[in-house]
Amino acid sequence: MRLLPAFLTVLMVLSGPAIAEVSEVYDFDTRAEEQRYQQLISELRCPKCQNQNIADSNAPISKDMRDEVYRMMQEGASNDQIVGALVDRFGEFVQYKPPVDNRTILLWAFPAIATIGGFLIVAGVVWRARRREDEPPLSAEDRARAEQILASQSDKADRR
Amino acid sequence: MKRVLLFLPLVIAVGVGIFLFAGLGKDPTKLESVLIGKPVPEFSLESLDNPEVQLDPSVFQGEVSLLNVWAEWCPSCWDEHEYLMYLAREQGVRIVGLNYKDQRESAFRFLNRLGNPYETIIFDPKGTLGFDLGVYGAPETFVIDAEGVVRYRHVGVVNQKVWEEVLLPVIAQARGNS
Repeated sequence: MRLLPAFLTVLMVLSGPAIAEVSEVYDFDTRAEEQRYQQLISELRCPKCQNQNIADSNAPISKDMRDEVYRMMQEGASNDQIVGALVDRFGEFVQYKPPVDNRTILLWAFPAIATIGGFLIVAGVVWRARRREDEPPLSAEDRARAEQILASQSDKADRR
Repeated sequence: MKRVLLFLPLVIAVGVGIFLFAGLGKDPTKLESVLIGKPVPEFSLESLDNPEVQLDPSVFQGEVSLLNVWAEWCPSCWDEHEYLMYLAREQGVRIVGLNYKDQRESAFRFLNRLGNPYETIIFDPKGTLGFDLGVYGAPETFVIDAEGVVRYRHVGVVNQKVWEEVLLPVIAQARGNS
């Protein structure tokens, strides 16, 4: 047991290289460029892996894609050009943000549709409840009948 | 009216169920190639057998071919190779190989051991043509028609089932059109 702290220290020291696994290092002229690169690779999806972006993936194909993103950035390509070049090879699968077009409009609009739909349902429920409150609970005729019934009931109760 | 509305949750549940059930059988690791209907990307790469010979997309002209992406390091390529040998020898299928991110020596070792079903082999040590073709995992097999246009891409091992049910119909269609 006394060795446990030493053992843990050794483990912690040894685990350093594991963090440094994605090893390639790219040079960027400006901080902004580097952030743009990080942004791009975090929005591109690895075609080989199930649901991992190319920033996190160690698959060889992800490395190739990162290289291509870097190469195109150095050539001065825009974000759209870079994403377009990869989509032309691997398909829309590699985009975590699908473009808005006829096929994806429902996908993009769904949160708005669901929110508006929810509001409409709530509004409908409230409106109905209000309308019911406004109505007099009983018409004069019904009220008279009800009182008559209640009176006869209490008569019976008295008799008992 | 109210009665009908009571069935709405059931209708929605059945609809969602049908939608989700349709997705169950699909293999999410297989992606359709975006190159279908487009010509093979431009390339100029050495032939595996002879570094002096430069190959380009004209190798696909004139006959319907399979383009098989393989490498010595790829375990599934060892599995499917025997069937590729059968296709080339017994079925007379023209197969062009794309040796992907491999080394010459290991590629030759592989072919010496298992045989060579390829009419031509494109040597792509850096995987540039593979990248342009959208190859994300060897083995992959493309059907390329006589005009050099990509007709189909199969990801994974080619075996009898894949050949008969998937590749052969596409090849027959590609042959019929040209």
